[in-house]
Amino acid sequence: MRAIDYQAPTSLSEAVSIMAANGDRARPLAGGTDVLVQLRGGRREADVVVDTKKIPELNTLNLGDNGLQLGAAVPCYKIYGDSAVAAAYPGLIDAASMIGSIQIQGRATVGGNLCNAAPSGDTIPPVITLGGEAHINGPNGWRTMPAEDFCTGPGRNALQDGELLVAIQLPAPAANSGTAYLRFIPRNEMDIAVAGVSSTVTLDASGQTIQSARIALASVGPTPILATAAGDSLAGKAVSDEAIEEAGRLASEAATPITDMRGTIRQRHHLVAVLTRRTLNIAIRRARGEE
Amino acid sequence: MPGLVHVTTTINGNQADFLCEPRQSLLECLRDVVGMTGAKEGCNDGNCGACTVNLDGRIVCSCLVLGVEAQGAEVNTIEGVASAEGLHPIQQAFLENAALQCGICTPGFIVAAKALLDEEPDADEARIRHWLAGNLCRCTGYDKIVRAVLDAGERMRAG
Repeated sequence: MRAIDYQAPTSLSEAVSIMAANGDRARPLAGGTDVLVQLRGGRREADVVVDTKKIPELNTLNLGDNGLQLGAAVPCYKIYGDSAVAAAYPGLIDAASMIGSIQIQGRATVGGNLCNAAPSGDTIPPVITLGGEAHINGPNGWRTMPAEDFCTGPGRNALQDGELLVAIQLPAPAANSGTAYLRFIPRNEMDIAVAGVSSTVTLDASGQTIQSARIALASVGPTPILATAAGDSLAGKAVSDEAIEEAGRLASEAATPITDMRGTIRQRHHLVAVLTRRTLNIAIRRARGEE
Repeated sequence: MPGLVHVTTTINGNQADFLCEPRQSLLECLRDVVGMTGAKEGCNDGNCGACTVNLDGRIVCSCLVLGVEAQGAEVNTIEGVASAEGLHPIQQAFLENAALQCGICTPGFIVAAKALLDEEPDADEARIRHWLAGNLCRCTGYDKIVRAVLDAGERMRAG
């Protein structure tokens, strides 16, 4: 790795001024599991690495009436290690506990996963289907955007020079709702998704009718994809195999995969339909309190 | 060009001071600056786990941590696993179960297994295999390693 400067600011304003002063030559560092590999391999360049782990706003893990405020520098193990958070957001836990290895989960963050903007980022689809919002601070103050707008291309995100992703806000889970994330990989652990799907469903009080649903896809397009038509197709429908089958078909239509070393276009379309059906069924069971 | 940074940290219970460049990984600092070569460099990108150390109570790939990030931290490495009295039960179990061949992956496996068994000495085979998925071994086929960790858990439960 070429020489870098390392800064570890202890306040958000200090961090933003370092980021702003260095423009595109500054890189924020949270877990480092992507950015250090990229800097070492020459895939990204930086003069200054700004360690965000000492900034209070990026370390919050606050579960309250408004949902979860998840600081961008909070590592995965802290998320699944918090039993209240794990009980409230099992779909997020599905993803946070399957990323990389135990070693990686000790460092890697959901915020970093989002900023790294890999199409395969496992935590991004559940953040999207849960209605997550990115809270961004920069030289011009605060702004927020829906998580589904944050990734703009492979490895590219919506942050401007000088801006930091501070936190992800997940709304409080609606009553009778459930979320699940699954990915397909050819082995059990330590691989990158060939395809991944998160589904969030909200049922009516009887647990028999779907009020609303959101479905998001990983590894089947240049960015994670919110499959709007697939989710909307379920609204107002009774829970049934036919409705779930149709949502899987529409989700598969929303995918724009490529053929690469991990899988083919055809396989990925197929996987999206299968994983959509499976995650919908898990999400429905969770919404009913059955698991 | 940024100069050297003075890092004060605790390694295996002892205060340690070292100077490093900000770009250097904790692994490089341990091996090339501090002179502790127990943690190994395998892939240098977080896939193989040969460089596993315990940082503030969590196992991490030390190749994916900057040395400067160890400021004020507690680092525990393979060098701190055995005691003056002898080998740790995990090390003894690795020996007796022939859970190593070339040995490059072994420090990482032992540091990772210790973090698990310290918390869950009754971890079962599935739990052990899942926990150790981030440690790669190209010699043994894993079975002997898993059996050694199961054996070590039994020894640790027996005290």
